Amino acid sequence: MSTQPTVLYEKSLDLDLLAEISHVPGIEKVRHCIQCGTCTGSCPVSWAMEDTPRKVFALIRAGMRDRVLDGTAIWTCASCYQCGARCPKEIRITEVMYALKRRAIREGREHSKSAQALSKSFVRLVTKYGRNHEISLMAEFMMRTRPFGALREAPIGMKLMKQGRLPLGAHRIRDIEGLRRIIAKAEELGGQE
Amino acid sequence: MKVAYYPGCSLHATARAYDESVRAIAGPVGLELEEVDDWNCCGATAYMNVNEIMSFSLSARNLALVAKTGLPIVAPCSACYANLRKTEKYLSEFPALKSKVDQALAAGGIRYDGGVVAKHMLETIVEDVGLDKVRSLVKHPLTGLKVAPYYGCQIARPYGIQENGEEPVMLEQLIEALGATAVPYPMKTVCCGGSLMGTREELALRLCRNILLCAQQAGADCIAVTCPLCQMNVDTYQGRVNSAYGTSFRIPTVYFSQLMGLAFGLDAKALGLSRAEVPATALLATGT
Repeated sequence: MSTQPTVLYEKSLDLDLLAEISHVPGIEKVRHCIQCGTCTGSCPVSWAMEDTPRKVFALIRAGMRDRVLDGTAIWTCASCYQCGARCPKEIRITEVMYALKRRAIREGREHSKSAQALSKSFVRLVTKYGRNHEISLMAEFMMRTRPFGALREAPIGMKLMKQGRLPLGAHRIRDIEGLRRIIAKAEELGGQE
Repeated sequence: MKVAYYPGCSLHATARAYDESVRAIAGPVGLELEEVDDWNCCGATAYMNVNEIMSFSLSARNLALVAKTGLPIVAPCSACYANLRKTEKYLSEFPALKSKVDQALAAGGIRYDGGVVAKHMLETIVEDVGLDKVRSLVKHPLTGLKVAPYYGCQIARPYGIQENGEEPVMLEQLIEALGATAVPYPMKTVCCGGSLMGTREELALRLCRNILLCAQQAGADCIAVTCPLCQMNVDTYQGRVNSAYGTSFRIPTVYFSQLMGLAFGLDAKALGLSRAEVPATALLATGT
């Protein structure tokens, strides 16, 4: 790890990130963070993060927007809610992570590709059928991210099929049209961050 | 007791054995499962990465479908359960959010005014059916079987089964009611990695390694789970954990409903016991 200090100039800082995500209920409490580190200590995967959750909150408040959105921390989060359940300031940390993920995906940030591919495939399938169709999700996600990795993944898919756990047929819900209208309207109303 | 049954997408595919075993034990324990008519996907965690109003609207539609019946909605999948509870809580706490979700639902000709109680299947069994009833149905006590009670994350927090998300005890109580022994299991609410198995496999494998190692050290014969994704990660990827860490784990991962079926003396096939990478069929020899 480099021992060179990073010099930051005020003009490179962006203090708006918190404001941009603050409309999501519960997120504004990031301002109350006391930097105690309970989140990082509770996180089952913080060891794999360059910037741990505690640090991410410090970075957000310091205006280091790019470092947060281009970092790996948000994509390492498994959404297990352990941090938020223990946070003494009751910050809904998982929701903050989700909001940062949405921002990063929208801005096409580094490291966002894999999660974006998974979410895109998922949304497409639910819009098509109203439900997830697991074998399609696996296949589509593979094709989007690592088309040459199919050989490695095939044995797992074959085993699941043999165990009768990957039916090929997909069920489409009866009121799929109504659901599509709900999804379209929700998409229009959300997605403001 | 009649409940609105919300199986969720996984129970029709990778977690088919969970659906089969829940349906198999429902009759004996006196639960009438009325499947939610025309239910849709809960959005899992993937939707929150895209748009939070979309995510809340998906669960709100399911809640709205059930509101008409006046029944509690019961989900065996912990992710579905967490989404239902979270949606119910957010809609009642945040009016601005509710008004957006209301508009989205209205586009589909639906309205939801709150009030539906969402429960996890484990919660329904332990709290509503009751452990006395469960005990009375045990024909083959699972005496001597050591079980690691693995809750995973979404059932435990932050909208979870009990006030104390750190130390839930419901699963242990159920395991003991079946005659088996619940081993002390410090990993019980630590995450299995969830969908990271798709996006960051090396991380999820390590989490699953820890879950398996802890169970082995506790001397567990099997791991009891309450969530389709936990079962899939710990069981289906057990071979890959072994290759990555040079281990030789071979620990069956069973849904709590399968353990119930075993103790009730139900047919192994009806419980989907063979639908696993490490089949739990050897457990059949236990206690009989």
